[in-house]
Amino acid sequence: MTDGERRHPAWVSWASSVGVLAVLATLPFVLKSYHLGIATQILIFAILAMSIDVLAGFSGRTPLCHGAIFGTATYFVIYSVNIWDLPLPAALLVGVAAATVLSAVFAILAVRVSGVYFLLLTLALGLVVWGVCLRWSQVTGGENGLRGDLRRGALADIKVFYAIAAATSLFAYIAMRRFVNSPFGLTLRGIRDSESRMASLGYNVTLHVFLAFVVSGFFAGLAGSIYAVFNNYVSPSAVALPQSVQGLLMAIVGGIGTLVGSYVGAALIIMLELFVSAFTERWQIVLGSVFVAIMLFAPEGIVGKINQLTRRHSQSKNTNP
Amino acid sequence: MSNPPKPLLDLTAVVMQFGALRAVDVAAMSIAIGERRAVIGPNGAGKTTLFNTITGVLRPTSGRIAFDGHDITRQLPHRRAKLGIARTFQITNLFPTLSVMDNMKLALRGLKPRKFSMFGDGALTAEERSIAEHALGMTRLGERQSAIVRDMSYGEQRQLELAMALSSTPRLLLFDEPAAGLSPAERTIVAEIVRSLPRDITVVLIEHDMDLALGLVDYVTCMYEGRVLVEASPAEIRSNATVQDVYLGKARHHA
Ligand SMILES: Nc1ncnc2c1ncn2[C@@H]1O[C@H](COP(=O)(O)OP(=O)(O)O)[C@@H](O)[C@H]1O
Ligand SMILES: [Mg+2]
Repeated sequence: MTDGERRHPAWVSWASSVGVLAVLATLPFVLKSYHLGIATQILIFAILAMSIDVLAGFSGRTPLCHGAIFGTATYFVIYSVNIWDLPLPAALLVGVAAATVLSAVFAILAVRVSGVYFLLLTLALGLVVWGVCLRWSQVTGGENGLRGDLRRGALADIKVFYAIAAATSLFAYIAMRRFVNSPFGLTLRGIRDSESRMASLGYNVTLHVFLAFVVSGFFAGLAGSIYAVFNNYVSPSAVALPQSVQGLLMAIVGGIGTLVGSYVGAALIIMLELFVSAFTERWQIVLGSVFVAIMLFAPEGIVGKINQLTRRHSQSKNTNP
Repeated sequence: MSNPPKPLLDLTAVVMQFGALRAVDVAAMSIAIGERRAVIGPNGAGKTTLFNTITGVLRPTSGRIAFDGHDITRQLPHRRAKLGIARTFQITNLFPTLSVMDNMKLALRGLKPRKFSMFGDGALTAEERSIAEHALGMTRLGERQSAIVRDMSYGEQRQLELAMALSSTPRLLLFDEPAAGLSPAERTIVAEIVRSLPRDITVVLIEHDMDLALGLVDYVTCMYEGRVLVEASPAEIRSNATVQDVYLGKARHHA
């Protein structure tokens, strides 16, 4: 009752959890392989968008480097299978670890600034990674990138891989939700609202933002590692700025600070891209227009808007005598 | 004051310079353990800036600030909070998108290791709940636990400022105009709260309202243009001609 975060009665969250699980479990039986592949991609990119939401929505620091963190994991997974001959599970761990270390380095550099300076500094850090991937061609394959052979055995079946991606995505969602609702997660929302008050209460704001950045980078790396298996190929575009922007747009369109919004945003943007690019090469214009429309009519994002409307509805019900 | 007790807070030649403006220029100021001190002075006298140098929001241009015998002049704000310095803000400084109880949780956990619990349950422990409910009860916010701060009235937000300060157990508590902008009834509540603080908490109170401030403290510092103009007991302050000149006189003209 005192929990200001809980907006719905318990049965609503139970019912929606069961509903979502049922839909996820049904998809492999109703979708064609091609469409199941799209669903898989949505589930993976939602992890990336949620990792961005942890910083942008819950800590008040909007990053533009998460594509680079994501893609670094992708590079490491493919490289360690191709060159080091690691078994896939070990390669996935290497990918996540590399992304986490990279995000710790980024965090050390970016953690003292906020606002537009944070945005620009993380953008610059992401560009450095992109430059390295492009130029260091002995290792990264330069513009040609690296082709992997990761979908061996059962993984070649998209249904199997879909199940793995869905389980990973669900795990990531539950873990990040727990994270933002934890005592530490509350400190991040406090920092988002007032850094000076947090400092005067005894919080080391820099340390908390650093830790949030690393946790966020871990999940971006998880997404990038799974993506390596999905895509079987990596090139500099995986670490490039548009990747970071797209992840951020997914989080914003769905609703910043909501986590689940990332699924809505990822689904909308990925499906829109596929649908529109069938008709025109300039699909980014359409994406841009959709984004402008959402910012105009629902700046809090789709899920954010829905939450706002249901809250207003329940408030007007409560105020009736 | 023949045998002054050990000071908790000791300022020596503290200067805070903003460009050409010397906002604070305090030669010496010393506050004893358990003392209740008011800092008064007209607007722009440097009272808030003095608090900012004590809490670490600002680093003084020169001078030395000691807390409990340790030099804290260059320490970061959160480190000073750890030593036991807490404050309220003249300009309301809360977490506007969070509920009252979440604001209280943050106030309660600032010095506790639990703030680092990343995947633990965020609910209040029984101990936290009793402290929070006591502080909210004292500030008349007991019924507002799940209200979102930005939806609350100005008066309620000021009360929450106080509740948050009460819920940590600081050694030095700095109040920056806690009653500013409040109705007479609300001001009485503020006075009651300050009076009810345990005697081992040292209190410094910036307050514009003389009648309110002088009834609550043992000793008064009157600042003017960054400097300490007079330091005296409340009774002496009331009859001090210099104070009346810069402070009461002006206040009367405004009224
Ligand atoms: N950060 C700052 N930068 C520049 N000038 C400041 C700053 N903070 C306060 N001042 C100036 O210092 C003087 C003292 O301000 P302040 O400490 O807020 O006074 P008081 O709290 O006694 O009303 C004012 O003239 C104010 O404009
Ligand atoms: Mg002031």
